[in-house]
Amino acid sequence: MELIINMALLSMLAMTAIAIVRIKDLFAVAMLAGIYGLISASFFVMLDAVDVAFTEASVGAGISTLLMLTTLAITGRFEKADKKSRTRFALPLVLLTGGLLIYGTLDMPSFGAADAPVQEHVAPRYLNDSEQEIGIPNVVTSVLASYRSFDTFGEVIVIFTAGIGVLALLMRSDLPPAKGSKSTASMHEHMVLRIVAKMLIPLILLFGLYVQFHGEYGPGGGFQAGVIFASAFFLYAMLYGMNAARRVIDSVVVQILAALGVLIYGTTGVISLLSGKNFLDYSVLSHDAVHAQHLGILFIELGVGLTVATVMIIIFFTFSGRNQVEGETD
Amino acid sequence: MNAIFDIISWALLVSGGFLCISGAVGLLRFPDFFTRMHAASVTDSLATTLILTGLFIQADAWIVQVKLVMVLLFVLLTSPTAGHALAKAALHAGQKPALGKQPKTTMEAGR
Repeated sequence: MELIINMALLSMLAMTAIAIVRIKDLFAVAMLAGIYGLISASFFVMLDAVDVAFTEASVGAGISTLLMLTTLAITGRFEKADKKSRTRFALPLVLLTGGLLIYGTLDMPSFGAADAPVQEHVAPRYLNDSEQEIGIPNVVTSVLASYRSFDTFGEVIVIFTAGIGVLALLMRSDLPPAKGSKSTASMHEHMVLRIVAKMLIPLILLFGLYVQFHGEYGPGGGFQAGVIFASAFFLYAMLYGMNAARRVIDSVVVQILAALGVLIYGTTGVISLLSGKNFLDYSVLSHDAVHAQHLGILFIELGVGLTVATVMIIIFFTFSGRNQVEGETD
Repeated sequence: MNAIFDIISWALLVSGGFLCISGAVGLLRFPDFFTRMHAASVTDSLATTLILTGLFIQADAWIVQVKLVMVLLFVLLTSPTAGHALAKAALHAGQKPALGKQPKTTMEAGR
């Protein structure tokens, strides 16, 4: 049964990928990319990787689709016709790379093999001892936020850098302060949407907080929570216009908060350095070693959530603000 | 007692699954945008409700049942709204429902 479901999901993934390549309407491509994310999330659930599935569903299917649509509002909807010569060059290249990758997999241990390095190296320690060493039931969170917190720090920096990159490329300081663009004004008339959004936004924010602080006990954590939290702001901005959203949370505040998230994460590490331990060794935070792990994970997840949420808001605000400026010069 | 619950929940699950498939068929086969959207929103609201109710009866822990009820409420709130937004956007973009001869006159009279 599981095999049939896996085969169905994987063939749907392949079909979606082919459709994404072939369709020229970028709006449909953005939607298909979201569907691709959702199918991958289902596939991850089949592999019992609920945390990864959660991330893929919220990032791949949720927020990246939204960001792509926001980008499409700036760039236009249809792909330009491709020159034939380029595709003739690309096909052998793709086939060669794909062939090499498949050739590479021949050396790998078969899927789920007990003697594979991934089962023998550190995984047994994580699975057997993390409950005592870290004191939280979700092994993924203990790996992500404690054993491998340095790697996670890198991920947060990557997200932060992406936010800075978007700001550096697209930020306009000469933004007209108080004039809503026409599309948002017409959205304003949608009574049903506005009322349902008013009911949903608090629930979305609450769910974001739940995912943030429940990540130690179930699937979830800073990355997913940040994305969910940001999506509430997206919803508000789309229905009430960018100016209303900027009144709720100012762009400058968002930028400061994004840096603050990285700062919280980094400071947690520096505190352990100053106390004579390794970077991000949480044991200095409290007298009780397990409680210290708890505290450390809480701090860095807070940093992760803050940075992810604010960077998403920064990207969305910058793209939408850009769109607003272009719309007015037309 | 358990057998009765099992029968009820499986009846709900199977009918929900049937509505999912029929919704997908309708999505592909119906003539215009609005009827297709109707098929999709039946899948969205009714089929999901049936499946979630079936799962509710199957669930053994109360926390799972509470979560299923929350999911159900969320779906009941969002999917009709999404359908509404989609229909409104389609009308806004100039999509006209495909009308037969008879409904056209009644619609005119209604205005």
